Amino acid sequence: MNTNYAISFLASTAGAATPLILAATGELVVERAGVLNLGVEGMMLVGAVAGFGVTFSSGSALLGLAAAMLAGLLVSLIFGLLTLSLQTNQVATGLALTLFGVGLSAFLGRHYVGQSVAPLPHLALPGLSDLPFVGPLLFQFDGMIYFSMIMVVVVDLMLIHTRLGLIIRAIGESPHNAHAIGYPVILLRYAMVAFGGAMAGLAGAYLSLGLTPMWVEGMSAGRGWIALALVVFATWKPRGLILGAYLFGGVTVLQFHGQGFGLPIPSEFLSMLPYLATIVVLVLICRDPKTILLNKPMSLGQSFRAD
Amino acid sequence: MSRFEARPIPSRRMMLGSPLIAACAMLLTSTILFYALGQQPLHAFYVYFIEPAMTTYGIGELLLKATPLTLCGVGLAIGFRANVFNIGADGQLTMGAIAGACVALYFQDAQGYWVLGLMLLAGIAAGMLWAAIPALLRTRFNTSEILVSLMLVYVAYLILSYLVHGPLRDPNGFNFPQSRMFNDHAILPLLMDGLRTNVALLFALVAVAAAWFFCSRTFAGYRMKVSGMAPAAAAYAGFSDNANIWLALMISGGLAGLAGVGEVAGPIGQLQASVSPGYGFAAIIVAYVGRLQPIGVLLASLLMSLLYIGGESAQIELQLPSAITGLFQGLLLFYLLAADFFIHYRLKPKFTNLTPLTPVALVTPPMSPLP
Amino acid sequence: MNPSITPAHDTRPQLQLLGISKRYPSVIANDNVTMSVMPGEIHAVLGENGAGKSTLMKIIYGIIKPDAGEIVWQGRQVEIHSPAAARKLGIGMVFQHFSLFETLTVAQNIALVMGQSPAQLAQRIRDVSEEYGLPVNPHRLVHSMSVGERQRVEIVRCLLQSPRLLIMDEPTSVLTPEAVLQLFDALRKLAAQGCSILYISHKLDEIQNLCDSATVLRAGRIAGTAIPKQESARSLAELMIGKELPSCRLLPRTPGDTRLALRHLTLETLDPFGTKLHDISLDVRSGEIVGIAGISGNGQQELLKALSGEIRLSDAAAVQLDHQNAGHLSPAQKRAAGLCFVPEERLGRGAVPELSLAENALLTAYIPAYGSGMLKHGLIQNNVMANFAREIIARFQVKCGDEQSIASSLSGGNLQKFIVGRETMLAPRVMIVAQPTWGVDVGAAILIRQALIDLRDQGVAVLVISEELDELFMMCDRIAVLASGQLSRAIPLAETSINQIGVWMSGDFNVSGEIDYV
Repeated sequence: MNTNYAISFLASTAGAATPLILAATGELVVERAGVLNLGVEGMMLVGAVAGFGVTFSSGSALLGLAAAMLAGLLVSLIFGLLTLSLQTNQVATGLALTLFGVGLSAFLGRHYVGQSVAPLPHLALPGLSDLPFVGPLLFQFDGMIYFSMIMVVVVDLMLIHTRLGLIIRAIGESPHNAHAIGYPVILLRYAMVAFGGAMAGLAGAYLSLGLTPMWVEGMSAGRGWIALALVVFATWKPRGLILGAYLFGGVTVLQFHGQGFGLPIPSEFLSMLPYLATIVVLVLICRDPKTILLNKPMSLGQSFRAD
Repeated sequence: MSRFEARPIPSRRMMLGSPLIAACAMLLTSTILFYALGQQPLHAFYVYFIEPAMTTYGIGELLLKATPLTLCGVGLAIGFRANVFNIGADGQLTMGAIAGACVALYFQDAQGYWVLGLMLLAGIAAGMLWAAIPALLRTRFNTSEILVSLMLVYVAYLILSYLVHGPLRDPNGFNFPQSRMFNDHAILPLLMDGLRTNVALLFALVAVAAAWFFCSRTFAGYRMKVSGMAPAAAAYAGFSDNANIWLALMISGGLAGLAGVGEVAGPIGQLQASVSPGYGFAAIIVAYVGRLQPIGVLLASLLMSLLYIGGESAQIELQLPSAITGLFQGLLLFYLLAADFFIHYRLKPKFTNLTPLTPVALVTPPMSPLP
Repeated sequence: MNPSITPAHDTRPQLQLLGISKRYPSVIANDNVTMSVMPGEIHAVLGENGAGKSTLMKIIYGIIKPDAGEIVWQGRQVEIHSPAAARKLGIGMVFQHFSLFETLTVAQNIALVMGQSPAQLAQRIRDVSEEYGLPVNPHRLVHSMSVGERQRVEIVRCLLQSPRLLIMDEPTSVLTPEAVLQLFDALRKLAAQGCSILYISHKLDEIQNLCDSATVLRAGRIAGTAIPKQESARSLAELMIGKELPSCRLLPRTPGDTRLALRHLTLETLDPFGTKLHDISLDVRSGEIVGIAGISGNGQQELLKALSGEIRLSDAAAVQLDHQNAGHLSPAQKRAAGLCFVPEERLGRGAVPELSLAENALLTAYIPAYGSGMLKHGLIQNNVMANFAREIIARFQVKCGDEQSIASSLSGGNLQKFIVGRETMLAPRVMIVAQPTWGVDVGAAILIRQALIDLRDQGVAVLVISEELDELFMMCDRIAVLASGQLSRAIPLAETSINQIGVWMSGDFNVSGEIDYV
């Protein structure tokens, strides 16, 4: 295996990991605030179609990414309205959001099937690109890959060191106590849900603009669900997301490089690997009930109503 | 929402009414959407929602599509009542179809309807096996059955893809990813000439009746109901959480597998690259819109079926995009969840007669006053 | 010793409530309440559970908005829209059920209420807590602290904001007598500095000790005011409930054979925030009522689950029913062996809120051993179920529509009567009851206590776990204390006193004798 091949493999791993990191980071913040939003897959698809559509029409990828964030945010607010203000069951509503997102994105994207846009440009960072081995690798990264890593670090710092992070963690443990102190629990949860929606939308746009610049119905292929599993795998701490996402990225990319390794496995079975890996990873983390009890936000999934 | 207050007792009227309200809201939204797409709203409404039910053939198609929805929906509803969320019904359906197809193709030269019987059993078994994985992982390893069953959907799709592109591909099929057509003895008998509706409909109706009986008259159904409503009470009563999880997943998995066999031994007649337009997922909506009651699930599947068929005819007649169906389905569930709010909450009424508080238990003064 | 009620320089009340009313759909919580509190005054608010005390305090603290009436703060009429607004005025509140975040440190918890960061607050927390004799380590995670320590954090949190009015809602229900003394010292010190204190309690002896004045609430209205030191416990009690309280009769009885035995019961729970049980041993014999006293949070939940079978024990001999190993049995098997259990959570555990009383009867009465015949071949016999529920309703005077009424529509007392009735009618050999009369009206409480005494007289072994020492002293033959997961020996009631039990509750089981409050 030569260096170029390794670089190419690592670069595609980073590409595959990025949408997972983006979506999972957003969902992690939502869950730390006590809200379980299973609609990540739907929001990603909506973001993907919005990003692609706007980029296609306007020619600007930046505009497309912004549109994707907005689109994800808007559909997440439907979820927010139902669960935060109307007290609906969070699991059912999240499923509804996914199904709605699948339908809405297919509907909005019907004219874009078969079209193409220019992929996101690679980012040549001055100086860094000249380093041996690392340089050519980094040269293959586009801006979103860097952005996703920065976001994880930012969210981690935010949760641990800032006042906002403290408040989010408090709400996630006990919205009633936070409300009794006087914090606007519902409003803050809306904000977190919106953030999660924007991140999921962005993740989807990276799929349709960065990884595979095109639009296909259902193109996220379960990545939204994998992002949900990633949050559990990382035990709700942002640091764990990077490891998990790159692991999954690597497994996902294997299916393309499988032939390169000379493995006589049918491509469908290689394609199964990310899904099977998700199951394995979940089993490993959830096996010991203490892990979950110690780390899961206590109010996760429960409706809260201020009297 | 300080204009609303919690009801002391959930409203029975709203429990029946919320699906109707949701359906009406969806119909209203769809009409607006038709208009926005440049259609004549009322005509489009007629083509989409009314026309399919106007002919005998149309009703046959409705019942045909409602069959897998009912089978899956009934199973899912039983599980949802116990807070067991089998999201992977489409995967179990796919595995059921594969198993049934394998039997059909293996015994393709055989005569006699026992082949069909074996296919049905194989389909149910395959569905149950595929659902056993999330059941095992949840009971042994505490993993979420939502995520596991869902991952297995993608795995099932890929297995199907592998089979129809490879081992099970029809050698005389011009390289299309599909198997040989099944023989007559491997196809479900039709109910009426001229209609595609087959015996599977009867299975669905039996499933509805059996589910109703299970939920309302059996102790197992009671245990699952209590587990979903009040898990602490179920533990207090000594109901086994694990037993409920297995039961829920086995029932819904088996029914989904049956639905899968029903598809390939029915309207499809062979194994293809896709055997389900997402029935397993649409069944989630059907279960909720049916308020998790078997009869409700049947009615909701008819509505959902109408959405599928209406979408097809609207595409042909009005050139409306087929993707509209998925949009309507998602909207229907959103509206239902929103309407359910009024089961538990109501507008704050004006105050009329109020009862003063009854004094609550006093801890009597200590026997001896302190020095 | 007592601060003068009206300091010479300030005769204006700190807080005045004028005609405050608050209504809910099914009940009037506060009806035209008028009262005033002077600076430096320690003012008791007395009343039974449900009299409206907590609601009134929540109105003052801005959590609830009154439907009518005015609040006058330091001579100005104000509207208190939120706890933050109340804190800005100088009002602090220590809740009965704590509002601390277990996964955060003390400093982080306090920082959430105050504007500064945890790091900035750490030193101030240390200083203020020491000053008032309630020392607290700012960097400890709350979940590692005992219940008494957590209350200290709540109080320090209020003190740091230099309150002019401090509301304490049932503060001593979680304190040992020693800790109560420390608290009283701190409160007197605070009052001497001109801070008013509203002290909500139903513990008449404490109020007589600490408070300058008292307002009594009954059924949402003011029933009267008093100077506690000039009243007797009896007269205060009568003000609270308006009538003589009949007491339960416990005739002496020789207990029979041991029916429930705990032998070195040790339990490590999965829950990292739970309490471990250490080496618990106890005998409960036929024909006696044994009480376990203890502040909640000391292992009661875990012990009850181990006894009921909701947690299975690896050591089957740790729990024995009629001399048979039972630690490994499930709740259904335990019931079949004659152990019935009334949990402290009525709705959600003892009964399913959305189901009818008839269906709730099935919840535990399904066991075949009882022979009720509710199940035949796995099918529910609705008639048998309904008849059984009707019988419970009749025998235990449960006020409801009928057996089809939904459980959540019953009042607390009536639902508790139903649950106690259901378990009683299963003819248990051992009956375990947790917090039997919490949140229950007087009439129901009397009936429930009498039902337990009747069981005892019929030879059932009864175990009562309760936070209310007074209740245990009313109805037990023997009493033990659960503190930090360890159980004291069970001592006959005649050989001990409330004070001694109170000391045991701090964990020191070796002390005997009286403790003075003065």
